[in-house]
Amino acid sequence: MFRKFLEEGELPYCKGCGHSLVANNIDLALQKNNYSLLDLIVVTDIGCHGIIDKSFKTHTIHGLHGRSVALASGISAGINNPKKKVIALVGDGGATIGMQHIIDAAHNNFDITVIVHNNMLYGMTGGQPSEFTPYGFKTTTTPEGMKRAGYDICSMATTAGAKFVSRVIGTTDFSDVLAKAFATKGFSLVEVMEICPSYGVKANPGMKLKNIVEEAGLEIKNFVDKESDSYQAEIRTDLKSLFNDYDKIPVKYKSDINSPVNILISGSAGEGVQSAAEIFAKAAVSSGLNVSKKGNYPVTVGVGFSSSDIIISPNEILFTGTKDPDVIIITSKDGLDYSSSTVKSSSNAIIFCDSSLTLPETNAKVIKFDFRNKVPVKNVSLYALLYYLNYSKIFPLDALLENLKSDKLIAKLDLNKLLDFSLN
Amino acid sequence: MNNEKSIIFTDNSKIVIEALTQAGADVFIGYPITPANLLYHYASKRFSVFMAAPDEITTLQWMAGFSAVGKISVTATSFPGFALMIESINMAYMMELPMVIILVQRLGPATGTATTGAQGDLLLLNGMISGGMSVATFNFSDELDCWNISAKAIEFAVKHRTPVVILTSKEEMMTKKSMDINLLPAILKYEREFYNSDENYISYKPEKNLVPAFLPLGNEKHQVRITASTHNMKGIIQNSTVEAMNNSKRLHFKNFRNIEDYTFYELDEVPGANTIIVSYGITSHSAKEAVINLRNDGKKISHLIAKTLLPVPQKYYEILSNYKTIVVAEENLTGQYQQILFGSKPDTNIISITEFGKMISPAAIIKQVSNYV
Ligand code: SF4
Repeated sequence: MFRKFLEEGELPYCKGCGHSLVANNIDLALQKNNYSLLDLIVVTDIGCHGIIDKSFKTHTIHGLHGRSVALASGISAGINNPKKKVIALVGDGGATIGMQHIIDAAHNNFDITVIVHNNMLYGMTGGQPSEFTPYGFKTTTTPEGMKRAGYDICSMATTAGAKFVSRVIGTTDFSDVLAKAFATKGFSLVEVMEICPSYGVKANPGMKLKNIVEEAGLEIKNFVDKESDSYQAEIRTDLKSLFNDYDKIPVKYKSDINSPVNILISGSAGEGVQSAAEIFAKAAVSSGLNVSKKGNYPVTVGVGFSSSDIIISPNEILFTGTKDPDVIIITSKDGLDYSSSTVKSSSNAIIFCDSSLTLPETNAKVIKFDFRNKVPVKNVSLYALLYYLNYSKIFPLDALLENLKSDKLIAKLDLNKLLDFSLN
Repeated sequence: MNNEKSIIFTDNSKIVIEALTQAGADVFIGYPITPANLLYHYASKRFSVFMAAPDEITTLQWMAGFSAVGKISVTATSFPGFALMIESINMAYMMELPMVIILVQRLGPATGTATTGAQGDLLLLNGMISGGMSVATFNFSDELDCWNISAKAIEFAVKHRTPVVILTSKEEMMTKKSMDINLLPAILKYEREFYNSDENYISYKPEKNLVPAFLPLGNEKHQVRITASTHNMKGIIQNSTVEAMNNSKRLHFKNFRNIEDYTFYELDEVPGANTIIVSYGITSHSAKEAVINLRNDGKKISHLIAKTLLPVPQKYYEILSNYKTIVVAEENLTGQYQQILFGSKPDTNIISITEFGKMISPAAIIKQVSNYV
């Protein structure tokens, strides 16, 4: 046979290995499809089949065990050019460890052809079984024969959404099937059934490949053959800087504070702690202060406590870790549970706390107020911060109101209520 | 830059993603993980190609695929995801594919605490390439670094055909701060050069600075061979031939030699100081604050903030050799950078300040350092 894509001469496999036949059939199939050498990118896996890349005159890339399909997927998505053909070669071992990549590539319909060299065992490492080893098949470490069936990768790839899938027996000319796979737009897979002369034949003397395949119930056929489009990477060109004018905060107000104030607001999820802290922080920025803010909440963000540490300072803020807060605002039971150790240890703080809560013993100054009953609970954090601001005057209340008015929250707020700090 | 201020209130994740894209990164591939989610979120809005991978191994493999065809790919993860990537990072390292991996540290071991920061992954990075080779590792000390060093990380990766790690942490990527964006200098897109000779392309023939010229897989002109197995200059698998061994060793020396031009640090020295604090990443804030306070108390203390962490820039030893006492502060149990710099049984003048599970406070640094100044 005339070779175009492979170097002349012996291929690097043991005598009689089916992998040579696969390589020659690939060459033939590519010739049938009229590809030129540099249209081809051959991605090889680890395993005996993988040493073929030095024999290809095409572009080649040889990666890790089991990952050739994922690598090929990235190449195909990256090159985004239907003229280029990306072929991933993998063994049954690679398909075992990298099964998810095959399913995923079929699912995403990446424009690649996967050729699974299934000789039902790991040739390179001494003939151990893979997840593809069929029931009863003997390997070096299962001399009694395999106790369970192997994967049917063709059915799996079909279910996952492959556009062309076929299983062939690797003893004849199957270049037409490969040519069909190569010509398919989108994901295609051909599983070639083989037997490894060095280990498979030795462990299963006298067994015929055809019979093994038949007994395993692995059908030799096209599983799917569909017209389709293939995956196209979406390349966006209308991108804008993440910094937009909307984010700029004009400094319109002034603050008289001359040292940093550390504020801890601690409440419940769903009661607006994070959004209120954000508006408060921005208002401090618009008052010419340096500000840092971070949130703490359990991984299930929708329940339990929600708290925020805010530092406002006339100077540069360096350390943003937990220092004893100067101000602790507690609006709910969850918030109290979260902050109670801080409350106990704080002697210089001032604590604003909902009237319904019983604080642990503390030397801090405590101010109780009926936050929860004065406004809907979803606004209680904002209300408590407004209350604190009105009390402390660390920056103008107007700064907060202005930031509030430019926030989408405002539509749902009753400002009169939020600014009513009277006792009843 | 203008003199007027433009203040925004932002987390550093936004700054990093903006900087990376301005520097020329085209592709972000990721798998969500706390505390790297903000990076993922911004990347989904800012990168010209954004792909959600089904896991972190796939992430790295897709990145390698994009990188092999000439794109510049980025991901962000945390230890659990990073651990899955390591074999593939070794692959990209051996293949000499440029990419940037942002590792946002959180508290381990294992899943640990996703929402608590840490500096516990540096020793892993130092040893993650099988064979003992180094991977260029940068980190930030503030917002300005997030901007400048992110761009430099892209440049280093592309210019030297290598994966690069940006090491950061939860606190740095998620805490919001007010900042003046007019202080951020313009970033020039890194203009990449591809091999453009008519002569046959040899994938791993070292050129200037030990770096082979790059040509994308799939190009129309020359065959490109890329491999992660031990190989000769042509990219053909070899056993331990001299040429192949030299090629593998070159990967280390390429980084080691070229890091000199990418040695970023901040040195704040006072005349007559015998003690210097070494910090990096999140601990730099505390260290800075501690230094200010110590000096206010009349103490003489110097401060080195390391921003290029690995391979260890030789410049650091030059600086540190002028000091009697060296205090390394970092947020992990055993003093990882101290071990990298001075070994696991350091001299008595090497002092390690560590903390596990919470940030090192300025007070903790002041307390320790006060014993020596
Ligand atoms: S060990 Fe088996 S699979 Fe590997 S080359 Fe030899 S015959 Fe082929």
